[in-house]
Amino acid sequence: MKLLDQVVVALSGLGLGVALVLGRLTEPRVIVGWIDWFGAWDPTLIVFFVGAVLVYHGAYRWALARERRGATPALCFPTRQRVDARLLGGAAVFGVGWALGGTCPGPALSALGAGAPWALVFVAAMLGGLLLGERLAR
Amino acid sequence: MHSHLQTLAAGGLFGAAAGLLLIARGKIAGISGILGGALRREPNGGWRYSFLLGLSLGGLIGSAIAPDAIERVHPTSLARLVLAGLLIGLGARLGNGCTSGHGICGVGRLSLRSTLAVATFSSIGALTHVCLELGGVG
Repeated sequence: MKLLDQVVVALSGLGLGVALVLGRLTEPRVIVGWIDWFGAWDPTLIVFFVGAVLVYHGAYRWALARERRGATPALCFPTRQRVDARLLGGAAVFGVGWALGGTCPGPALSALGAGAPWALVFVAAMLGGLLLGERLAR
Repeated sequence: MHSHLQTLAAGGLFGAAAGLLLIARGKIAGISGILGGALRREPNGGWRYSFLLGLSLGGLIGSAIAPDAIERVHPTSLARLVLAGLLIGLGARLGNGCTSGHGICGVGRLSLRSTLAVATFSSIGALTHVCLELGGVG
């Protein structure tokens, strides 16, 4: 890949990291606040989600239109369509971890970049979980 | 002052940055998927490192703008944080995505699998939170 492409990819990651911090998703209480349906519910995550999904949907439609006009690189979407036990089971395990830790991959990597010591512990454990999943998924 | 409008704008920035990756490289901005591919050392995966580096750098830049969004000390115990990380990694690998890939990119392109994954990890997260509160460890 050309250097310019690498810079664009890095800029995309950079934008995500800045957005996650400014949206406060790096704060465990914001994540836990979203799933605290029967207590002190905090709408911050859903407000962030709405902004992100709306803009991303626009980008998605634009990307589809560009692809129809023959633009490259080709769009690389997941090919799996079936809703199966692995999808829902994996999401359920993810949900338990989400409630326990009040963070997820993006916010944790952003917090790690910002020098939060706990993020190092979480990310190390998460890499272990990904490798374990890799074995099970095979 | 941290308002819902600012959170919405931060979400918009996330959507735009994720959209940039789709339009420029044709890739889904799913953090766990990108991390998993880097762990598997997938061929032509150099862009993954650029993206992850950008994400962490974005966290650092974000924390310079909003220092109070990064908590130095995580509110839960170390053991719980490790368990959370393991489950998040495992669940994201088995369920083929996390809060960014399924949550924003998947829902943003109206994927049924992703929408069901989000509904699952949110409701299981809410249920887990209730159980933790009832157990006195919320």
